[in-house]
Amino acid sequence: MADLYTVTDLHLTLADMTAKPLFGPAPRIEILKGLTFTIPKGAVVGIVGGSGSGKSTLGRALVRLLEPSGGAIHFAGTDITHLPDFALRPLRRRFQMIFQDPMSSLNPRHRVGTIIAEPLRLHGLDAIPERITRALDHVGLPQQFASRYPHELSGGQRQRVGIARAIALEPDFILADEIVSGLDVSSQAQVLNLLERLVADLGLTLAFISHDLSVIRRLCQRTIVLHQGRIVEDCPTSDLFANPQAAYTRELLEAIPLPDPAQVWG
Amino acid sequence: MSFLSIRNLSVRLKNGPPLLRRVSLDVAAGEVRGLVGESGAGKSMIGKAVLGILPPSVQITEGEILLDGTDLLRLSPRESRRRIGASCALIPQDPLTALNPSHRIGPQITNRLVDILGWTRAAADARAIDLLAEVQISDPARVLRSYPHELSGGMRQRILIASAFAAEPKLIVADEPTTALDVTVQKQILRLIAGMQARHGTALLFVTHDLGVVSKVCQKLSVLYSGLVLEDSTVTDFFTAPRHAYSAALLAATPKYTDPDAGLQPVPDAVIGAVRAEVDSFDRKAAHG
Ligand SMILES: Nc1ncnc2c1ncn2[C@@H]1O[C@H](COP(=O)(O)OP(=O)(O)OP(=O)(O)O)[C@@H](O)[C@H]1O
Ligand SMILES: Nc1ncnc2c1ncn2[C@@H]1O[C@H](COP(=O)(O)OP(=O)(O)OP(=O)(O)O)[C@@H](O)[C@H]1O
Ligand SMILES: [Mg+2]
Ligand SMILES: [Mg+2]
Repeated sequence: MADLYTVTDLHLTLADMTAKPLFGPAPRIEILKGLTFTIPKGAVVGIVGGSGSGKSTLGRALVRLLEPSGGAIHFAGTDITHLPDFALRPLRRRFQMIFQDPMSSLNPRHRVGTIIAEPLRLHGLDAIPERITRALDHVGLPQQFASRYPHELSGGQRQRVGIARAIALEPDFILADEIVSGLDVSSQAQVLNLLERLVADLGLTLAFISHDLSVIRRLCQRTIVLHQGRIVEDCPTSDLFANPQAAYTRELLEAIPLPDPAQVWG
Repeated sequence: MSFLSIRNLSVRLKNGPPLLRRVSLDVAAGEVRGLVGESGAGKSMIGKAVLGILPPSVQITEGEILLDGTDLLRLSPRESRRRIGASCALIPQDPLTALNPSHRIGPQITNRLVDILGWTRAAADARAIDLLAEVQISDPARVLRSYPHELSGGMRQRILIASAFAAEPKLIVADEPTTALDVTVQKQILRLIAGMQARHGTALLFVTHDLGVVSKVCQKLSVLYSGLVLEDSTVTDFFTAPRHAYSAALLAATPKYTDPDAGLQPVPDAVIGAVRAEVDSFDRKAAHG
């Protein structure tokens, strides 16, 4: 299987504005500290790790909303590490990120239909109304929702709008950042089944950031565990559960609350 | 007597369909009540009604919201705001939008203490540092100087939890307070919430879709579907013998990492059909008085 992403010794630093002196540049803090991994085409890879470990930052780097400070990211054979914006533009439709905070990524002044249509227009796609209809269908939202504003939706409905917007573009790669954590179990099942279907039918490749290891276990063949900006484990998901290597992974497993009042929970 | 008692609360979209259908539920001091149900069921709407922050597009058509025995809906808006401000706090569902992006974190926690509760600036600052340390934020002083976009999703959520507890409220409405947290932090935070809640005898209305979390922190539970309460049980009863077919289906839909083939099945169409019929029959009865 060909690799869609090849990531080599990825480093990423950000300016620490809280420590900026009155004059001169802010000191930089290193968020990602040398990550190496590949994502094969058609794979579903889980990314787990503690709060602040760098998962969302890694996601933003993969879809080049952030520029790495070292190492390299290849997407479908192209080195995108430092590609300037104009050169990235044609690639952008092919990798999409669905964000962790649904409300902040949706323009509050636009109706849902416009929110989904905008990137389609930007990329010059045709048959936009049909694509909107299909996308809403896929995520289980009634068609009337196209005329609603984000503040008129529940939290889970907003999250599904974010998903609809990404899949409407029919990208090769979706990076989903905690997209089901705000959904009830039944909607979670619908969204995950949908993603599985897109992977099977369209050959979509998926990276799935989640703190919910039960979901990861169901969805992902492989899992990467991040801890403080480094990869501490990268293995088939079944091995992760059968034989967790990193102490941090074991800690994660023990902390999962099972739906059972009798569970002894540390 | 319960600190919060909601009686037959109905809310509808102005000129539109009902969103809450005669909801009744109680939360006693020192008690945690879970509120579960599918996306769009009206869980956040209940919280907003209690806190007097319903969107202008909806209206309350009947019912009572008793806070410490007084019906908030019978007070002047000003008096009801005063009572809510003095004794209730919200941990909102969407951590990024709840924080003002153009202000540093510090004042967003402390202004309420200073402006509404009359603390000194120094006392409020000290309290903010203690609280952030309590929610396991490792460098509280730096975080207080940060802007929201400089923090990870989980950090923002913990800041909102800290700020809800800041003024030691008698009632907290926690709307999905741990969805952005990894399980290890979630565990610490849930213990912490339970600890603070028990120490201060806070009544806690805990909105979540995570039945694992419910089984760890709640004593009582309401199951909501399309604004209708289907089941009101103790947590033990709910998990051992759910009374409603929908509750049983929710339990079956919950994934378990210990059993990779279980769960993650949508609630079956037959169950959804039966619940919809229940909602329709409720609406028909309501229409005929
Ligand atoms: N713009 C920024 N400026 C400075 N620091 C930042 C910025 N964005 C993120 N960070 C820091 O980078 C680290 C990693 O953040 P990131 O959002 O990638 O974490 P995460 O793994 O997604 O966590 P969570 O599970 O809480 O969402 C955090 O310590 C955060 O404070
Ligand atoms: N401002 C609004 N105007 C019109 N309808 C609204 C508004 N806010 C919410 N709604 C609708 O009210 C219903 C209940 O919303 P609510 O936010 O209470 O759901 P919820 O149970 O909290 O769901 P979630 O788990 O997805 O957060 C939803 O169908 C939603 O679309
Ligand atoms: Mg994140
Ligand atoms: Mg909600």
